[in-house]
Amino acid sequence: MVNTYLPKDEVNAFTSQVLTRGSTGQDVKELQSRLKFIGFFKGKVDGVFGWGTYWSLRTFQKEFGMKVDGVAGPKLKEKLVKATKNYKASGTASNTNTKKSNNIVSKITKTSNSSNKNNNKKQVENAPNGYTNNDIKLMANAVYGESRGEPYIGQVAVAAVILNRLSSSSFPNSISGIIYQPGAFTAVADGQINLTPNANAKKAVLDAINGWDPTTGCIYYYNPKTATNKWIRKRPKILTIGEHIFCK
Amino acid sequence: MKNAIIIGALSVALIGTGYWGYTKHRDLQEMHNQAENSYQRAFNELTYDVDLLHDKIGATLAMNSKASLSPALADVWRLSIESKSDIAQLPLKFLPFDKTQAFLTKIANFSYRTAVRDLEKEPLTDEEYNTLKAIYKKSESVQDGLRNVQSDIIDKNLSWIDVQTVSAQKEAPRDNVIINGFKHVEQTKSTVDQDFGPTFTTGPEQSKELKKLTGDKISESEAKKIAKSYFPIKNYKDIAVNKSLDGSSEPFYSVSMEHKNPKADSYMEITETGGHPLFFITNRDIKKQQISLEDAGKSGANYLKKQKYTDMEIYDSSQYDTIGVFQFVKTVNDVRIYPESIQLKVALDNGKVIGFNAKSYVISNHKRNIPTPKLTKVQARKKVNPNVKVQEERLAILLNDFNKEVLCYEFIGTLDNDTYDIYVNALTGDEEKVKKL
Repeated sequence: MVNTYLPKDEVNAFTSQVLTRGSTGQDVKELQSRLKFIGFFKGKVDGVFGWGTYWSLRTFQKEFGMKVDGVAGPKLKEKLVKATKNYKASGTASNTNTKKSNNIVSKITKTSNSSNKNNNKKQVENAPNGYTNNDIKLMANAVYGESRGEPYIGQVAVAAVILNRLSSSSFPNSISGIIYQPGAFTAVADGQINLTPNANAKKAVLDAINGWDPTTGCIYYYNPKTATNKWIRKRPKILTIGEHIFCK
Repeated sequence: MKNAIIIGALSVALIGTGYWGYTKHRDLQEMHNQAENSYQRAFNELTYDVDLLHDKIGATLAMNSKASLSPALADVWRLSIESKSDIAQLPLKFLPFDKTQAFLTKIANFSYRTAVRDLEKEPLTDEEYNTLKAIYKKSESVQDGLRNVQSDIIDKNLSWIDVQTVSAQKEAPRDNVIINGFKHVEQTKSTVDQDFGPTFTTGPEQSKELKKLTGDKISESEAKKIAKSYFPIKNYKDIAVNKSLDGSSEPFYSVSMEHKNPKADSYMEITETGGHPLFFITNRDIKKQQISLEDAGKSGANYLKKQKYTDMEIYDSSQYDTIGVFQFVKTVNDVRIYPESIQLKVALDNGKVIGFNAKSYVISNHKRNIPTPKLTKVQARKKVNPNVKVQEERLAILLNDFNKEVLCYEFIGTLDNDTYDIYVNALTGDEEKVKKL
């Protein structure tokens, strides 16, 4: 495998990472703000290489006589940096074009990049289509509160149950509606949902949203040692993961 | 003197704690009342909404003009959704009320589909009329049941908080007027669950379950062998195989493996019939990104090829911090078969696959005859909103809202700053699906 990712600072603000649709990070921010600077990109500079970035990159490639593939490789970055000589990475669009400082492009981008790091330190977060970062946080809280002592796959399974309820006709139609349904989750009832989840819980939620469902469509689960209800024990059981039995 | 001071101090302390206890008690009582009131409100709204729902369904039965029928059906749709959200606010933990909720969802689906249809061109069929009549009758019994509970609550001053505590008890004689009332509603309805006809379906819900598979049954040790051939990390400390429980329509094995170097856990599910791998996940710490998303995608494609999944094409990728998630789809003669998709998760520190999900592939994989389109690409394109600038187009097989495979032209286009994925049926010219990406 060719190592294409060099985290060291290059002459310009880009690293040599090849960017494609779905990429995230500071490099994408750089790409977006440069494309925006010359009017190709009209969306928000958010560091997520989405469709909007993709089309504007293609338009750029077309107009500059390059291969139109929507992929930002080294050649494209070189062209883009040349085309945006007056661009300053600070991101404030107000003081553009005022000074002709094109002789020291690299220096400017480098220094402003380091100052940039402070305000842009916030990690770029990508959310799957149809979900917001807050949905994910809420689910991660519920998953952590419900199953933090469980193996990782058990946490994915709990997240999957929440999502299966979303598409089930017997449950509310929103993630918050399902989580806050009175009595539906013990972690909500006893306040454990307000604990700060760890990184694993969030990873588990993302796996479930991206389609991994260890329970093959279950909408209930219980701990046979502590479950207080008879009714739930009569549901068709599908599998056991850790302490939980998952059922339909 | 000393004693007097001590006695004085103690009595001040006693009065203090007394007062503190009293305010605490009052606060608690207040919160208790607040919770009770919001339950009461949700319940009373539920009975009201179901009342109205029943009346509205009744009205649609007598209507003849299409102009009044469509809005009335839209009202039925709204009320069924509202009733459902009322139920969601009640403390019905483990109380078997899911059939009534499913009933409401089905009313919602049915009324929505008929409300948005052009009834001028395509009036209600006899079958659909019968469905309406049947749900009219059933909603009456739901309404009556809820009304009874309501009068019990008002007459006997019953509390929802009690329901909450009773339904959480283990072996208690769960004798509670409200619970019994709800059970009654649920049962009167479930006895006649089937009467509503084929137009009354739940929709995409079933697609998550495994379908019946064909092939030889595999043993535990064969499951282990398959799992080992899929995990990219070879060395392991411990391997365990479990079987699914008897409620699963299609039994499967779950194989868990603990790796030592690097430290990681893997988990995989494989069907017993045919030994089809459903998915696996490896959980480990992922170090700093060394691989670009694009190269990770290539590594994923190679992995699929190595595992003998042929004709798989990558169609979407996203990066979550140091993990790349890729969507692959089977492509035969340039037709994308979306039901046969596979998801891969690739670690961006070393480019190794750490997740594989082929459940929909296993469910949908079969030899199919792709029909010849009746519309040309140009004809189909005319069906797309003229404001959308089409950027990409291709043929694709899609699962539509009725869970049926349809051949479509897929158009990816832009409108202002947004990108849309538009599917036009290649046989009928219907717009099957429009998705904002």
